[in-house]
Amino acid sequence: MKYLALGAATFLIAQTAPPSAAYAETPELTVYTYDSFVAEWGPGPQIEAAFEETCGCDLKFVGMGDGAALLARLKLEGARSEADVVLGLDTSLIAAAKDTGLFTETQVSADYALPIEWTDSTFAPYDWGYFAFVHNTDLTPPATFKALAASDLKIVIQDPRSSTPGLGLLMWVKDAYGDEAESIWAGLADNIVTVTKGWSEAYGLFLEGEADMVLSYTTSPAYHIIAEEDDSKAAAVFDEGHYMQIEVAGRLAGSDQPELAADFLNFMVSDAAQSILPTTNWMYPAVMPSGGLPEGFEALVKPEKARLVDSALVPAIRDEALEEWLAALSR
Amino acid sequence: MAGRAVSLSSKTGIGAAALVVVLILGALLAVLSRAEVGSGLGRADWAAIRFTVWQAFLSALISTVLAIPVARALARRRFPGRGLLVTLLGAPFILPVIVAVLGLLTVFGRGGWVNQGLDALGLPTLSIYGLHGVVLAHVFFNLPLATRLILQGWHSIPAERFRLAAQLRLTPRATFRTLEWPMLRQVVPGIAALIFVICLTSFAVALTLGGGPRATTIELAIYQAFRFDFDLSRAALLSVVQLIVAGGAAVVALWIIPQVSIGGGLDRPVQRWDARRGLQRAMDAGVIALAAAFLLLPLAAVVWRGVNGLPLLPVSVWQAAGMSVFVAVISVGVLLALALPMAGWIATRRAGGVEAIGLLGLSASPLMIGTGWFILVNPVINPADVALPVTALVNAMMALPFCLRIIVPRLRETVQDYGRLAQTLGVTGWPLWRIVILPRMRGQLGFATGLTAALSIGDLGVITLFADQERVTLPLQMYRLMGSYQMDAAAGAALLLLVLALGVFWLCDKGGRGDAEA
Repeated sequence: MKYLALGAATFLIAQTAPPSAAYAETPELTVYTYDSFVAEWGPGPQIEAAFEETCGCDLKFVGMGDGAALLARLKLEGARSEADVVLGLDTSLIAAAKDTGLFTETQVSADYALPIEWTDSTFAPYDWGYFAFVHNTDLTPPATFKALAASDLKIVIQDPRSSTPGLGLLMWVKDAYGDEAESIWAGLADNIVTVTKGWSEAYGLFLEGEADMVLSYTTSPAYHIIAEEDDSKAAAVFDEGHYMQIEVAGRLAGSDQPELAADFLNFMVSDAAQSILPTTNWMYPAVMPSGGLPEGFEALVKPEKARLVDSALVPAIRDEALEEWLAALSR
Repeated sequence: MAGRAVSLSSKTGIGAAALVVVLILGALLAVLSRAEVGSGLGRADWAAIRFTVWQAFLSALISTVLAIPVARALARRRFPGRGLLVTLLGAPFILPVIVAVLGLLTVFGRGGWVNQGLDALGLPTLSIYGLHGVVLAHVFFNLPLATRLILQGWHSIPAERFRLAAQLRLTPRATFRTLEWPMLRQVVPGIAALIFVICLTSFAVALTLGGGPRATTIELAIYQAFRFDFDLSRAALLSVVQLIVAGGAAVVALWIIPQVSIGGGLDRPVQRWDARRGLQRAMDAGVIALAAAFLLLPLAAVVWRGVNGLPLLPVSVWQAAGMSVFVAVISVGVLLALALPMAGWIATRRAGGVEAIGLLGLSASPLMIGTGWFILVNPVINPADVALPVTALVNAMMALPFCLRIIVPRLRETVQDYGRLAQTLGVTGWPLWRIVILPRMRGQLGFATGLTAALSIGDLGVITLFADQERVTLPLQMYRLMGSYQMDAAAGAALLLLVLALGVFWLCDKGGRGDAEA
């Protein structure tokens, strides 16, 4: 009942009280991000504490769905958005995000540890990873999409129409195979147990033993190694190279805290933030922290080739690849 | 029946119905107001519409047809644990989709209990993925609900009728034809329409168990239009298609419901003299055992998976649980304010077409309603400040059609059987509700409020659009745990959700049933 009363109180205050003067004195920085970032075990709580130590401000994370949901929300709110910073878009969404005209450029200087050179001046990367199929170590994984299609291994993937990893896989196959992509998907059709709405459902099905492999990241096994002391999961390295997901943050032109927002973007590539991310967001840091990667990351496989479609080209390629995907898997 | 038997004020009922219509149309218009010229409906959209209607039709048909023998068996038999089983019938329905799907997969999945058993016997294993998997999951969700609603129909047949049937030495078949069949004709079409509409808005179940893009539903297309393409005109168009299909189904179903009254009784507990022979007893026992296994095994899987996760739950999950209960309480209040006047209005009319309005609330995509109201509210107030009222209102609206289905038949009967007497005695208005109607509807109201509270606790609809950090509900928190690899803690949260939802459902339902039966 205590929480019930607490809930009632919060609700009543939110309904009646105007923002009091005391609150107004501390500047508030509102950061929109995806749900898992703000979760108990996500990076949110630690990042918030670390930034508030120095900023003299109140950092407020607002979590909503995934990267695509973030962008949809921003489009709904338009210039009236309360967000100062949006954190959690990826390279597939950058073109659409820039199209809104809501973002502004930010000076972020960092010595990025990305496999590619970062030139975008609107969005600053804070972490990244390679998409990969994760499997149990008692299985000898295939080394190409073609070998996977020829095998009778069962995989779970995410729907590119509702999930960013699903979209990543779509771009991966399209980038690696071009016009051949549709036939690759046709070959994979009998390997795909099912397609899920999002990453959580797919990973849950894999852990339940519904499939031999699941589309996730090369860094996923690090979670099992470090947090669960379980080294039974590994990621398969594909000869085609691996498509990357680079997660970025940007600040809004309509922000009422432009300097604080710029500070926050710079903070996200600082040592303090970068050392938090690997073991909370389970991705590679965008800038190598001074202490290096946490123990356990050295066990992860390292793809030899990184793939990424230029963010400006993503929308057109996505539409074509999605048509092929639908055609191949709906037969 | 000559003219209207009783004058229940229709003004508040019309008001409540109008509110539902405004909520839906307002959202739709808001979405359209922001839409640019979009792409219209493509070939893939029509394929999605066909698949959606077909799977919803199959799910509704199978759930309802299978529910009839189960409800009949439960109506005829008394056994230890019957009350618990009837309460548990509410459970599958209120589980968040992903929890129920994982529970089902533990039983029916690739490495599930069924396949382990088949494998041990040297038989070929079964795959759950495909149209049959979608229908199986929808039957798992809806068979119990249909059973509960039909069971309620059985209990509406007065004890005196069965006594008379026994005195006339009617065979079980003749009893069925004269007493039970007319009741079923009145109850079943509405239930089938309800389940059809529920399955119409299915998204994650259909996609996950359907095995891929062949199983694309309208709701997924709406999700894609909102989230990935931000094509608001296409989203609105698809929402309209959903509303039209659902509305059509509702009108057809309610139109074929015959207007017959079974007549009043003295509210004595039913005793059954028919179906006492061994064969019928064995058949009833078999039906109940099968249904219970189908229902309880996946639930057991949820419990089994969740027990280890319970100690891992962080404080935030308990806070979210408190918030969920709080939202549920408001939802129930809003629901009663909407459902009672609407039911009163519907019950005094000959045609049941008005109930279709209730079904519209369910068939409207939560994402469309949420987005529409977000567009309307956002220029005026911070959406997070109205997260709770909006969530409670939408939850109540989603529960409205179930509650009308539960309340209306009984209310109609009460009005037909007692209306003239009440009118003769000059009992109208609030005293009519207080003295005549509400006491006779206790069981139905308990069931309806319990269902609403439980649905509200398990819901992950509009809250995702409106919530901020301080207003997180339990299902949302559970998804966040899953998103951070915390699958064990998420399973614990799912178990907590199941226990909480069943708990409030049991409380309300029990309060309504009192010492009598369901």
